[in-house]
Amino acid sequence: MATRTPGDALAHPIAGSAAKRVPGRGHTRSAVLFLAPFGLLFTAMLLAPIGYAVYQSFFRTHRSGLGLGPSTTVFAGFDNYVTALHDSRFMSSFLRVFTLGIVQVPVMLGLALLLALLLDSRGAVFKKFFRQIYFLPYALPGVIAAIMWSFLYAPSVSPFTAALRHVGLEVNFLSGDLVLASIGNMMTWAWTGFNMLIIYSALQAIPGELTEAAVMDGCSGWRVAWHVKIPAVRPALILTTVFSIIGTAQLFNEPAVLSQVAPTVSPTYTPILATQQSADINNYNYAATQSVILALLTFVLSFGFLKFTQRKGTFA
Amino acid sequence: MTTVTPSAARAAAGPPGRLRTSSLAGRAGVFAVMALFALYTLIPVWWLLVTATKNSGYLFTTNGLWFSHFDLWTNIRDVFQEQDGIFARWLLNSALYSIGGAAVSTTLSAMAGYALAKYPFRGRDLTFNVILGAVLIPDVMFALPLYLMFSQVHLVNTYWAVFLPSVVSPFGVYLSRIYAGASVPDELIEAARLDGAGEARIFWRVAMPIMSPALVTIFLFQFVSIWNNYLLPLLMLNSDELQPVTVGLANWREGVNQGIPYNITITGAFLSVIPLIVAFLVLQRFWRSGLAAGSVK
Repeated sequence: MATRTPGDALAHPIAGSAAKRVPGRGHTRSAVLFLAPFGLLFTAMLLAPIGYAVYQSFFRTHRSGLGLGPSTTVFAGFDNYVTALHDSRFMSSFLRVFTLGIVQVPVMLGLALLLALLLDSRGAVFKKFFRQIYFLPYALPGVIAAIMWSFLYAPSVSPFTAALRHVGLEVNFLSGDLVLASIGNMMTWAWTGFNMLIIYSALQAIPGELTEAAVMDGCSGWRVAWHVKIPAVRPALILTTVFSIIGTAQLFNEPAVLSQVAPTVSPTYTPILATQQSADINNYNYAATQSVILALLTFVLSFGFLKFTQRKGTFA
Repeated sequence: MTTVTPSAARAAAGPPGRLRTSSLAGRAGVFAVMALFALYTLIPVWWLLVTATKNSGYLFTTNGLWFSHFDLWTNIRDVFQEQDGIFARWLLNSALYSIGGAAVSTTLSAMAGYALAKYPFRGRDLTFNVILGAVLIPDVMFALPLYLMFSQVHLVNTYWAVFLPSVVSPFGVYLSRIYAGASVPDELIEAARLDGAGEARIFWRVAMPIMSPALVTIFLFQFVSIWNNYLLPLLMLNSDELQPVTVGLANWREGVNQGIPYNITITGAFLSVIPLIVAFLVLQRFWRSGLAAGSVK
């Protein structure tokens, strides 16, 4: 759309606010030139794939006979979507990730907020040291962290299993009952510090007079936190929640690595694993359909959350 | 960065005694919670460090959280010798993908963000919203169809298949737009124009230096996200020779049955995180200010 602007400007040289635009026309050209490299790649690498996936999702590969004849691609309408919505394994992968997110995201962000408030409090010591420690997991690639945890959970190697056995508890972190909680723990471990830092940065930006005035009025640290600081970092909390929703929807690394050691983690454990499974067996149309559904749902959830909080914000 | 705020100084000067004792107990509580979470964060990394120094024989028989026989050097040698030394190749691939991709994407983001912040043109808000909307769409939405598209133009299993998608960072554009808007004064741009500087020259010589803290942040975030990417190279690359270190190590983790010993994978994982940790410690001043810029707005 940006690339069309100069053409428009030339087509209507005297339209509307043309008089004011005369010095701006050259600038529009510069803006387009500055935007062009990014815009081109953005279109090719992000917009085009979206269009292609949507297009693919409406077709089906038809193999004649016993699958030995040449395959033909036929228009399928919403057939793939109907199939996906009736695909119990695909649907249960959604439910699983949704359940996980409902529990894990609030726990993680609650912890992140608490740590940020503590780091920001007057009583905190070694702030810089703690901040760096908390952020450390962000520097570990997700897959590497998953590999690390896959060993930390493996009954034969895990120091945690060994420690628990010492006190008489037999715990298998990879068993069917626990594996989802174990994955939640991996995500909490990996991302709490990152979210903490975003919230902490927002806390640092609160004008000193604001908290000072509250303290002067006799507010305790907790009341200042509740009535002044938390409302002030609302945008940061919204941002981290949206990132967390998107991140949870894309859950892949952790279960992908764990599936190698935990038989309870099936190849269709999460929506992305299910999508990848379809691609692996060359069912690209179905894989495209699955990724469109996942993207739509994620977008609805994250965008819906944004809108919901914004609306609440205007009434508050 | 822990500057003493006026309020903190006043509190330290200490009004009534009652407040001080309660704050002492409070302080201990604050410290306890923070230390506890630090332990939670550190123990797995500590385990990785300790285990990287162990011979595979001791992996199963000794306490995972303490050293036994120090075989780190032997392990490192083994990591670099496994599969004809492919580990070094993986590290190099990761470095190429990450440094190259982050450099290009930072430059493109800076140009786009600057244009969106400093040039009023029709459709600007729409353009920005489309870019921002892309942040809300999961990567898989792009990764899988990109694979299908790339396989039609024979880009699959080439260096470009991972590099090209990595150079587009909508979040980078968002950050640089915010930062350019807040920190590059319009007066400065006007002054440069009056001095006869062209737009490109103004961007490179005036705006870029002012934006550099944000650019370091974008570079770092993009660097990390490319280095950490797993799904994209997993889809795009078949050849072991082209893999980044993440995919390579995950394959080794899977390859225990094909005779890849555990400790090789663990020591490899340990070695692969060192460059990132060093990068973060060195550049932390920048990413913190960048995060602040991104979160306040």
